Amino acid sequence: MDVASLEKISDYAWRVPRSGRMRVPGVIYADEPLLRAMDDKVLQQVRNVAALPGIVGASYAMPDAHWGYGFPIGGVAAFDPAEGGVVSAGGVGFDISCGVRTLLTGLTRAEVEPHKAALAGTLYRHLPAGVGSTGGVHLSEAAMDDMLCRGARWAVDAGFGDVADLARVEEHGAVAGADPAAVSALAKRRQRDELGTLGSGNHYAEVQEVERVFDTAAAAAFGLAAGEVVLSIHCGSRGLGHQIGTDYLTRMVAAAAQHGISLTDRELACAPIESALGREYLGAMRAGINCALANRQVLTHLARQAFAEVFPQAQLRLLYDVSHNTCKVEEHVVGGARRRLHVHRKGATRALGPGHAALPPELRATGQPVLIGGSMGTASYILVGDARSEAAAFASACHGAGRTMSRTEATRRWQGREVVRSLESQGVLVRSPSLRGVAEEAPGAYKDVSAVVEASEGAGLARRVARVRPMVCIKG
Amino acid sequence: MESDNAALPRWEHFPHVADVGVRGVGKSREEAFIQAAVALTAVVTDPAGVAPRQAVDLVAEGADDVLLVAWLDAVIYEMTTRRMLFSRFEITFVAGGARGRAWGEPVDVARHQPVVEVKAATFAELAVCRQPDGLWLAQCVVDV
Repeated sequence: MDVASLEKISDYAWRVPRSGRMRVPGVIYADEPLLRAMDDKVLQQVRNVAALPGIVGASYAMPDAHWGYGFPIGGVAAFDPAEGGVVSAGGVGFDISCGVRTLLTGLTRAEVEPHKAALAGTLYRHLPAGVGSTGGVHLSEAAMDDMLCRGARWAVDAGFGDVADLARVEEHGAVAGADPAAVSALAKRRQRDELGTLGSGNHYAEVQEVERVFDTAAAAAFGLAAGEVVLSIHCGSRGLGHQIGTDYLTRMVAAAAQHGISLTDRELACAPIESALGREYLGAMRAGINCALANRQVLTHLARQAFAEVFPQAQLRLLYDVSHNTCKVEEHVVGGARRRLHVHRKGATRALGPGHAALPPELRATGQPVLIGGSMGTASYILVGDARSEAAAFASACHGAGRTMSRTEATRRWQGREVVRSLESQGVLVRSPSLRGVAEEAPGAYKDVSAVVEASEGAGLARRVARVRPMVCIKG
Repeated sequence: MESDNAALPRWEHFPHVADVGVRGVGKSREEAFIQAAVALTAVVTDPAGVAPRQAVDLVAEGADDVLLVAWLDAVIYEMTTRRMLFSRFEITFVAGGARGRAWGEPVDVARHQPVVEVKAATFAELAVCRQPDGLWLAQCVVDV
């Protein structure tokens, strides 16, 4: 990125001054090397978002930002309905409520290591992954609507997991205001066989070892200790979410002129929050969020069954479940006044600081666990929301490493078999139905996740609690 | 990945940092749309390995400037709900959209080694045009 037009606020924050049609400035959180490595299109997209009606504060980009659709991946923007604010299907993306959940296994690395291959095999058998895979849960129309309204709560009632899990899911397992009637028949049809599936691409289930603890007190509050093993699941709302994105993006593009919105980029497709289409999208998008929460809850149940085959004594407790492609109604203080805003996080994680009322009581003093996925060869991180993140970016942080290389380039450079062998020599067992898929997801195709989380910490978005290293990776 | 460079019609992929661009080139708009659909299949598997055994009807609706996205979305919908891959296509432009057909077979994980699901076609880098050399081009980025 050409940084000449940016104003340095600190070592980790850069202001994009207002120009052209921008209604607010932009702010990019990154250290200088990350900033310079970012695509120029990120800057353009930050500016485009800043020009949308009713945007409040600033148009933000997180340290892992890269070129997205309309919004940058790693973009955060809040809109006020009272000021003509919009909701954007592009600002949420196609994989609605894609996110990460991490479970504590109570097992140590020493206990898991001798049984790693068996565990990899049983997880691969239990978790449907990859193109064409189907889940074991097939819902009637009524059950589908119930799932879309009640998310992970529906899943727990249906026998997938424990009631105790729900306190550790954003929104206690279900976002309010979902409207199954706003979800097209096509979207529901796409979901029919996909509940409880992992998907493909960068989605995974990983057995990870806590390699390093940075913050002992927060780690203790989260139940993390060096040498212990956790399980992380990264996936989203599957076909239903993808189709909701497709349906509403098209409708919002077609209706933009009629709402008096001129789109510099069609992927910015949006509608006023206070419009029939805006309300309809919000109802559908919330159903998509609940679908993702239900999906991760079903996968959790399957993962517990898999673990029980190898470690019958293991109790997998949910640490937390975060979503990083959402639009949520939240209260934030802007310019001294408390306002209800529609906060879009596109490839960004909510990161509530200590004391926030939405946190479960046992985590309230510490802050929200912020789960950051890395690549299958390097590391992932568990962060905690920083008290300063509220003022910095409506309580948001990064979401992952972010790619640095196209899939085409990755397959040109690496062979899947080679990648699997090389990871195995580093102690990471990869199980995937697709070797080319593994090559496209090779660790070298990703940014250095450590640099991303260090910049998040430096910018006051979220602090590092622990680094985890993969032991087993199930790839779709 | 690409088909023979000199051949016509042809398809190719163009890079996008997180996803993949699909591009079809042909002597007509029809050929360009068909090749873009073959390029879509090639995101998932080698189209040469997909037997055109079973036909599925496709319907795409939309204004001319966004019809390619609707066309590819129609293919994606059939791929995901039928769990099929397609290697041969036909298309006819009609008022308000296009009608078409795709030939393919159910996904066979061992044989097709499918790489990744395609979530959706996007408006990013969307272009449908007749180039100065007279050839038609149809392209956009697809989200995987």
